[in-house]
Amino acid sequence: MHELSLIASVFEVLETEARKHRAARVLSVVLRVGVFSGAVPDLLESAFDAYKKGTIADGARLEIVVVPVKVRCPDCGGEAVREDADFSCAACGSRRVEIVEGRELVVEKIELET
Amino acid sequence: MTTKTITVVRDLLATNKQAAAAIREELHGRGILCVNLLSSPGSGKTTLLEALADRFRGHLRMAVIEGDIETERDAERIRAKGVPAWQITTGGACHLEARMIGKVLGDVPAAIDLLFIENVGNLVCPASYDLGESLRFVLLSSPEGDDKPAKYPQAFLSADGLILTKADLLPHLPFDPARAAAEALAIKPGLKVFTVSALRGEGVDGLAGFLVESLERLRSGRA
Repeated sequence: MHELSLIASVFEVLETEARKHRAARVLSVVLRVGVFSGAVPDLLESAFDAYKKGTIADGARLEIVVVPVKVRCPDCGGEAVREDADFSCAACGSRRVEIVEGRELVVEKIELET
Repeated sequence: MTTKTITVVRDLLATNKQAAAAIREELHGRGILCVNLLSSPGSGKTTLLEALADRFRGHLRMAVIEGDIETERDAERIRAKGVPAWQITTGGACHLEARMIGKVLGDVPAAIDLLFIENVGNLVCPASYDLGESLRFVLLSSPEGDDKPAKYPQAFLSADGLILTKADLLPHLPFDPARAAAEALAIKPGLKVFTVSALRGEGVDGLAGFLVESLERLRSGRA
């Protein structure tokens, strides 16, 4: 349940960008949230709704793009999306895979009213 | 009135990552090995630190930063062992963040070898926050069950080592240390696994030896 502190970071980004672009309001925000980021999309939405009241993003829409876990195998070069906690390479079975996607927590896009 | 969409791509953990990188650089510069301990509440983090304090007394100087939601209890237990300890009470937050460690770091004496951070008891949220540590250990106690790694994969994925605690209770429980280790290793190959009973002092030497080697490696890697 650390989603509220993550949303506080989202609002730091929103306020900085709104000031930079002299925006009156933030209309929408797109977040990319990895399945393995440790954050829960539903809780991010609740935290965003609670946090936005009275801010520059009051009434803003939050869109969350869930990013699946993608692994790359250094042994055979294969890349695959994995859906459970089995991180072995789908092609050659190697366990030395690296996670290349699925851990991100990123503010991707912001729609502003200027 | 016009609307415009801007692409920002800002990592939400960027501020924490920067603070953690500064802490890591400072501690490396001071030749201090920093170890972050993660686990559920009650898995034996403080008891393990008490056992390590006994083990290192007279050999290595350790210090401890304690994270809890409330009370100074854990820091008091560590101080009773003659080890300097700082208590961070988060007042409800479920994890420690790097800037909380940064605030305490100035008080940590220069002449120490090992700095332990006992994170808030929680197997979920602390996994996402780098605290600038050199090593991260997850503790899993035998009463918790050997099926936890696959249920909380993020903590294990982010760790360097796994410490199976309360080994003295194994004769009374269905916990299979080999199964717990295999499950954790499937998530994170190369994870160092230790089995200890901090209460009886069993297995503590193996873990202490690994920490000493890691400290030597850190110091020989310095310019």
